[in-house]
Amino acid sequence: MISRDLVIVGGGPAGLAAALAAYENGVKDILLLERDQYLGGILNQCIHPGFGLQYFKAELTGPQYAERFIQKINHIKEIEVSLKSLVVHLTKEKALTYIKPGAMQTLTAKALIMGTGCRERTREMIQIPGTRPAGIFPAGLAQKLINIEGLLPGREVVIIGSGDIGLIMARRFTLEGAQVKAVIEIQKESRGLIRNVVQCLDDFNLPLYLRHKILKIHGKDRVEKVTVAEVDDKLQEIPGTRFELACDTVLISVGLIPENELIEMAGVAMDEKTNSPESSELSTTSIPGLWVCGNAYKIYDVVDGVTRDSAQAGKLAAEYLRNLP
Amino acid sequence: MIKKLTCIACPQGCPLIAEIGQGRVSKVSGNKCPKGEEYAKQEIENPQRVLTSTILTQGLALKMAPVRTNKPIPKNKILEAMSEIKKLRLNRPVKVDEVIIENFMELGVDLITTRTVD
Repeated sequence: MISRDLVIVGGGPAGLAAALAAYENGVKDILLLERDQYLGGILNQCIHPGFGLQYFKAELTGPQYAERFIQKINHIKEIEVSLKSLVVHLTKEKALTYIKPGAMQTLTAKALIMGTGCRERTREMIQIPGTRPAGIFPAGLAQKLINIEGLLPGREVVIIGSGDIGLIMARRFTLEGAQVKAVIEIQKESRGLIRNVVQCLDDFNLPLYLRHKILKIHGKDRVEKVTVAEVDDKLQEIPGTRFELACDTVLISVGLIPENELIEMAGVAMDEKTNSPESSELSTTSIPGLWVCGNAYKIYDVVDGVTRDSAQAGKLAAEYLRNLP
Repeated sequence: MIKKLTCIACPQGCPLIAEIGQGRVSKVSGNKCPKGEEYAKQEIENPQRVLTSTILTQGLALKMAPVRTNKPIPKNKILEAMSEIKKLRLNRPVKVDEVIIENFMELGVDLITTRTVD
């Protein structure tokens, strides 16, 4: 079987930083696998500013932040980038199988770094009663539809949850000419960064309903309206506070969960609550020579932290390879 | 007059207290760094934001090319700027940070790309 010194799964901010750091620390055989047709990961759809304030001391958009790493990587011949390459199998011996157009490849990694990111929590995970009409999107999917595909998913929008992606999308929908009716947050405070409440909601006079929840989504083929009510300290509906909002679109922005099916398949000890690896030190797992970094390891607020910690994982992998017999 | 603000210069989001006299900021407190003072002054005297969006491409590898103003523009110009951006079409390959429109809407800022599009 083919053996590679270091394989990195995921070409987003985590994988890019890990690859660069590993190279700078002496690893000369690196394979970077990315399932999309471009490097950059989720940064490509995050076209808003606010990235890089810590790491580059500059306020960049997501694609600008990604491109600074991609340009470096593209000039390093020791880092082989394989796009459209989806890893489908992983063992505890770090043998992995990936598919790409026209080929299936199995190889062993002496060291392996997983930068597989996270996915959005869905409507099903927060149990909102009602029908199942068209027009309900996780906020990040709506972001992809607008910013990458150039499609506007709806014209009258209610956003459930005040996570950062939901707040960012409230502004984005507004700029694109849609009407954002409300952001509904069950807790007392916004889940997202306060700066996003200011610049995404307050700037456009968009209403944020704290301590409110959606009781029901209505609509047969397409979303027609939602029922909202205020909640008490036990998050139960306060009688007499119900109201309805007409809308054709509902965005769900209620958090992210690490995407770790592959390491689970390989038998890495997992923390079931967070869906991340059990870990004594940053990025380490129960399998020697296998690290997890970025949002797959834990959910980060800002990408600069992903870069910093993933570079550390790259460095650890380089040390591990140096010490191999 | 006293006005409470939340600094948006970075993700820390410091709560600011600005003392205002005759439309000008005379004192800022609550900020953990000099950016906070700068932000409070600007936010009260002339609020500005960086605008980011996308423009439709023709004949390129990506359907939408992301763009931004390279510097903040007055907040009250944001929606007008959006309708200008919506009229644009990109039909040549661009590098990241390439100028699409110089002195955009005569605001003293450039509209630039934020991604290489072949």
